[in-house]
Amino acid sequence: MSATAFHAEPASALRRLVTAARGRSRVPYLWVTVVAAIVSLVSLMPLGFIAWVTIQTGWETASKLIFRGRVGELLVNTALLEVCTVPLAIILSVSLAWLTERTDLPGARLWSWLAVAPLAVPAFVHSYAWISLVPGLHGLPGGVLVSVLAYFPFLYLPVAAQLRRLDPAIEDAAASLGLNPWQVFFRAILPQLRLAICGGSLLVGLHLLAEYGLYVMIRFDTFSTAIVDQFQSAFNGPAANMLAGVLVACCLLLLGIEALLRGGERYARVGSGAARPADRRQLGRLVIPALILNVATVALAIGVPFVTLTRWLYIGGTEIWRIDLVGSAFGQTVVLAIAGGVLATIAAAPMAWLSVRAPGRLQRIFEACHYYVGSLPGVVVALALVTITVRMILPLYQTFATLFLAYVMLFLPRAMVGLRTSIAQAPVELERAAMALGRTPFQAVRQTTMRLAAPGVAASTALVALGITNELTATLMLSPTGVETLATKFWSLTSEIDYVAAAPYAVMMVLLSLPLTFILHAQSRRATGQ
Amino acid sequence: MTFLTIDTISKSYGATVALDDIHISLEAGGRTAVVGPSGSGKTTLLRIIAGFETPDSGSLVLDGKTLADDGLLVPAHKRGIGIVSQDGALFPHLTVADNIGFGLAKHAAGRDQRIAELMEMVELDGIMAARRPHQLSGGQQQRVALARALALKPRLMLLDEPFSALDTGLRDTMRRTVARVLRASGTTAILVTHDQAEALSFADQVAVLRQGRLVQFGPPRVLYNKPNDRETAAFLGEAILLDADIAADRATCALGLLSVERGLKAGQATIMLRPEQIRLTTTVSGAKTDGPVGRVDDVEFGGGNCMVLVRIDRSDRAMPDFLSIKCVGSEIPEPGDLVRISVHGTAHVLAD
Repeated sequence: MSATAFHAEPASALRRLVTAARGRSRVPYLWVTVVAAIVSLVSLMPLGFIAWVTIQTGWETASKLIFRGRVGELLVNTALLEVCTVPLAIILSVSLAWLTERTDLPGARLWSWLAVAPLAVPAFVHSYAWISLVPGLHGLPGGVLVSVLAYFPFLYLPVAAQLRRLDPAIEDAAASLGLNPWQVFFRAILPQLRLAICGGSLLVGLHLLAEYGLYVMIRFDTFSTAIVDQFQSAFNGPAANMLAGVLVACCLLLLGIEALLRGGERYARVGSGAARPADRRQLGRLVIPALILNVATVALAIGVPFVTLTRWLYIGGTEIWRIDLVGSAFGQTVVLAIAGGVLATIAAAPMAWLSVRAPGRLQRIFEACHYYVGSLPGVVVALALVTITVRMILPLYQTFATLFLAYVMLFLPRAMVGLRTSIAQAPVELERAAMALGRTPFQAVRQTTMRLAAPGVAASTALVALGITNELTATLMLSPTGVETLATKFWSLTSEIDYVAAAPYAVMMVLLSLPLTFILHAQSRRATGQ
Repeated sequence: MTFLTIDTISKSYGATVALDDIHISLEAGGRTAVVGPSGSGKTTLLRIIAGFETPDSGSLVLDGKTLADDGLLVPAHKRGIGIVSQDGALFPHLTVADNIGFGLAKHAAGRDQRIAELMEMVELDGIMAARRPHQLSGGQQQRVALARALALKPRLMLLDEPFSALDTGLRDTMRRTVARVLRASGTTAILVTHDQAEALSFADQVAVLRQGRLVQFGPPRVLYNKPNDRETAAFLGEAILLDADIAADRATCALGLLSVERGLKAGQATIMLRPEQIRLTTTVSGAKTDGPVGRVDDVEFGGGNCMVLVRIDRSDRAMPDFLSIKCVGSEIPEPGDLVRISVHGTAHVLAD
């Protein structure tokens, strides 16, 4: 049956899904499905908003706002940023991943940790560090430099994981067919990294579109900075909304390109049994340039923020540690982050459950909703929520409810990832076994699935919480008056060029984000059984 | 003429000795099987020959050219040795045709034709050419791997347990195909396997490895009938081991007086019989018999071949309590039957 036939009768598909699911166990799949559907519908709101606003503005006004010099400028900027940053990030992360995973590089384990560590520094703190060190840094070169340093770990992680998973027998086969080591890398290893490179590049590309703080500081105009500018000057004028429409189109374009490049191919290892762990290639004299590359990357990506922050802290002394200000921002951030993390995990749970226990077409459609909205920039989600609350339900404007809704929408995919793997680790057979041993369905779920999924649930919550800690754009636009997180406080201080006073907030954000890098690194190791 | 010489090769991983002073010489065009239980070092030996591992000491000479010797090491990609591994190790990102043509120059004249020839040689249908490895069955994947390795006309083909991931029926078919293809192309081959039946039927020379040592090397028939020690005897098939007194080319044991090889020195020894050397004939109590008699304790029905467990009745020597004997389907005794045990052929006296 084709996809169109399915769209014609979603109700019967839902019925089929529910009946099929019901037959398997007495857990109320119907309610899970309904809740998952509601979450998916809500998460589609920003896209609906863009469509609705475009229609309401009318084509004439809309086209006047879209087809103008300013938008063209932003498009060129965005395209240049993507085209320069992504390939550089690919080259850097593939080189680092290969060196740390497949060669006898001294201290490979340490370097692999350090390659993930830049994630602990929020992108706008990276640019703050660079601006402090090189005040003249601006425009495209500055933007590309800081973006590569801030985002290359998103590529490094999947590429390194894929390299660990590769079957070394394939490289042996290539060598036995007369390929020298370089040819083996380019003809046998690199093609198998395609999926990891595509996925990582997409993530980096979407971040480049979504990032606001980094580019404001480095004085490089992108859609996100332009939308916030418009928003701040004209509140929710059609100009900002139309820019958001173009930005969404850019995101969809990236998603499309990635889907096209990824293709429908399977790159998994063919064959049975466990692969032999790969040998590490001996670098020989190449060890010096290899070490230089690693040291340089770490110096630029971690050293610069570290040195700058230390310098500002030293200059500021104890005066900048105002417990009433820093402490309050810290407290508010932690509360917001944990509450948001728990909410997003709860919202993702029905979907994650369905995707493991009753996978099907309807479930895949739900999941696509989450995924696409999760890849939308915070500024678009925030703009949508501002407009909707102001025009339709004003009492909700600038309330915690709206802010949390934005967090849930932005971080739903993050929560899904951890949840799904942890539920998958608790196969339904265990529940059945528990019921066969006399447990009620509820007891069975509680004693098997919930117990086994608990660590994954905690990790999901933590991932979302850490995302919220460093979230700037949506928090700036949506937070109730008086709420100041570490990120927004840092932002307002750097806007006043008070770099010294901003330093403690940056340090707190980095410290709070350190666990993130540990979780991500550990997850990617565990995924490959190491 | 010696084609491949493996001379005093040793390899250790830390304190673990993987290979200890291995010496094997192979003739050109032959098929050699290296067998041994897991951990015996057979795969390490294969990887050293292929060039994926470096021996600690010893030398390797292929067709007059030194591949590895003290300090000298020809890298794997310059050896011209083909390899087929356990699950094929096909490139997942390439089609069947591109996998087979991987080692051929991209724009070489007649590349497509060569690929078609190779596919035909390994009995792969032409329509498979455009498929991806994951769309193939295990047997087909192995055929592609074999064709890919043959494409470069290697002087030596290494087979690293290539049949072990296949189903029993398919395994036999594949083994015959591989043997035929190798014979047709005149390629010398080394097969590594832990399956003794596979080794005995595939190869014309068998090397038995145990704990990194070469314990015996020779034609399969010799190894099966005249193993050096009891471990090899048991590894290559079911063996019945009995204590015996050797005197004048005869062995006196629980199964009576058996003939042994000529010229052995007299004294205590262990003899080995293969179960198929023993016949059971149903008899009745009190009947006059000239051999040992036993009572059938249990019969394990297995279709064509059945295992009969016999308890020896008249035992005046140290003896295993039971003998497991293979019987052909039509002559199976019932549990409780009295059987006469007769031995065909000569018993083999073990060296230790």
